Amino acid sequence: MARLTLEELRKLRENKKAEIQKRETDNKDIDVIVGMGTCGIAAGAKEALDAFIAEIDNHNLKNVRIKQTGCMGFCTYEPTVEVKVPDMPDTIYNKVSADVAKHIVEKHLVQKQLVSEYVFDRPSVDILKNK
Amino acid sequence: MAYRSYILVCGGTGCESSHADKIYQNLKNEIEANQLFAQVQVIKTGCFGFCEQGPIVKILPENTFYVQVKPEDAKELVEEHIVKGRPVQRLIYNPNEDKNRSSLVTEEKDIQFYQKQFRVVLRNCGMIDPEVIEEYIARDGYAALEKVIFDMKPDDVIEELKKSGLRGRGGAGFPTWMKWNFTKNATNSETKYVVCNADEGDPGAYMDRSTLEGDPHSILEAMTIAGFTVGAQKGFIYIRAEYPLAINRLKIAIKQAKEMGLLGENILGSDFSFDIEIRLGAGAFVCGEETALLASIEGKRGMPIPRPPFPATHGLWKKPTVINNVETYANIPMVILKGGDWFSSIGTESSKGTKVFALTGKIKNSGLIEVPMGITLREIIYDIGGGIPGGRKFKAAQSGGPSGGVITEEFLDTPIDYENLAKLGSIMGSGGLIVMDEDDCMLDIAKFYLDFTVDESCGKCAPCRIGGKQLYGILDGISKGNGEIEDIQKLKDISLAMQRASLCGLGQTAPNPVASTLRYFENEYMEHIVDKKCSAGVCKDLLQFVIHKDKCVGCTVCARKCPVNAISGERKQPHEIDQSACIKCGACYEACKFQAITRG
Repeated sequence: MARLTLEELRKLRENKKAEIQKRETDNKDIDVIVGMGTCGIAAGAKEALDAFIAEIDNHNLKNVRIKQTGCMGFCTYEPTVEVKVPDMPDTIYNKVSADVAKHIVEKHLVQKQLVSEYVFDRPSVDILKNK
Repeated sequence: MAYRSYILVCGGTGCESSHADKIYQNLKNEIEANQLFAQVQVIKTGCFGFCEQGPIVKILPENTFYVQVKPEDAKELVEEHIVKGRPVQRLIYNPNEDKNRSSLVTEEKDIQFYQKQFRVVLRNCGMIDPEVIEEYIARDGYAALEKVIFDMKPDDVIEELKKSGLRGRGGAGFPTWMKWNFTKNATNSETKYVVCNADEGDPGAYMDRSTLEGDPHSILEAMTIAGFTVGAQKGFIYIRAEYPLAINRLKIAIKQAKEMGLLGENILGSDFSFDIEIRLGAGAFVCGEETALLASIEGKRGMPIPRPPFPATHGLWKKPTVINNVETYANIPMVILKGGDWFSSIGTESSKGTKVFALTGKIKNSGLIEVPMGITLREIIYDIGGGIPGGRKFKAAQSGGPSGGVITEEFLDTPIDYENLAKLGSIMGSGGLIVMDEDDCMLDIAKFYLDFTVDESCGKCAPCRIGGKQLYGILDGISKGNGEIEDIQKLKDISLAMQRASLCGLGQTAPNPVASTLRYFENEYMEHIVDKKCSAGVCKDLLQFVIHKDKCVGCTVCARKCPVNAISGERKQPHEIDQSACIKCGACYEACKFQAITRG
């Protein structure tokens, strides 16, 4: 490895910082939870997961945790993805392909708007609370 | 392509000795077998601190904290957690050890052990791979060095340290800025040195080892900053040869820093050059004393010399030398980056920042902790440490190792800082904290530490060489039932003489465990001397185990447990102990279900 100049050190730090920040869990308030049961994976959950990771990187979003979970139970509507953004209803999307994943990141995570055509369910907790 | 999951495996000595390395290898193999190497990164980090529950494995981004992991668990962790996204319940921390596992704690931040901790020194431990310099750099590593070389003058660094109020973490608590300033202003030589004291020798202490193992670059960076500030071009790390993992990681770190031009000639293209070498100590305790340490680096026998002159002006090869402890150095980059004002906002009036303690002894959660100065011992023992196991009662905590003393229950709520501990007759020391309960005999504790210091005394000065031996002899006599009332005064007189007349810190502080236990537990000494009894049941010569005929049902359990066949008796008939054969191991006492055996 070559000896670094000041500029190169700073550049290296910037590059690596994004990577290591993914390991930090503080200050991350958005959760994207991908259902990775057998049914989900067969329906393309892996591609969706990869698309989420890539797209969140592209938008340089630092406050998102991408988690995975088992089968959510809606096997015919896989891949299912739950998105939790503060001050927005917890939302479950269905039939999330890589393209839809990209769309969710842009619209839901960045612009804070639901991607209505793929919303599977507004969880009943919200409805109950409003009553 | 970015990784979607990270598996952090603890690579500290504690966890490594419980096969953490095998866990790491197995996890890597499993990831490989499941073709997940592009998505999941397995990283070996420094110590997480929760040694009691080791080996620790943490999986991100879920932030699941797995405890007591075994190498054979790797398959399940990968197949369940990574592939299927289901946490492995049986490996999650179960603080109350309840069988229903209803109160599992999944995340580190929710574990009580971590809640009152504040990490400055251990900021990177358990977070980065200590063998990869890029990870340290990514966590603002070498940013302080960069700032110092390009934006600050030596006086600015001293000023920042002064503002921070940072004091030496090796024991005595001397203000760091003053040390550096003395060396910077020394005019007796152009050649100056920077030395890191990593000769951690207190029994039960492993703060410095863990820091070096988990974050070696922070020490290199801080020493380089010290070199720039005082005008030195050469640094030495004096570390004991018993720390192979720390030495290995330091070697890797030095090599990487040199390759990147962060150490060596013309650092980062500036005209400042600084190099660091490792010197191995052979494990003599006295070499933790700075003048003895410097003698040892020079290749001489490790013996202290009188001060002044101090190493700050006449140190290594009589040249001006900055010598600080590992933990002190680990604070430096943070002081530079976040500023002295930030640092001084943590802690008490006289003691700033945090302190790392190695919490051991009769405590539920033993481990490596970092707490802000001013925290009380009660918080450390009961909130972080989880209290005393087995429902036993707290008796005392010993701080400062062989140079320190005991803190008793009535002082549990005293805020911990340098001055308060000194007032109680103990010292901050390097950070060993040993908790003792009612089964610990204070006389035996004093004897243990004296045995250690007598062994480690270099023999150069009479007060330490002879005084220590005499103290030990008297304590040994008392513990064997040969004590006399006059012994108490003798102990006090010899202690005072040693404290006043010894050449170096070792001899001056060696009587501290005796003086301190005498101060708070004179009644225990008297019990040994007058009643010839040890109520803690430790001093074997004062013990006798007796079977009470009326309570003994003749179950024969004790006779079977006895390793020397000293117990005889017919089945269903009262048994008897042959006192001449008994070795007083206490096995029968613990085995008896009918409380028929008494200790006294």
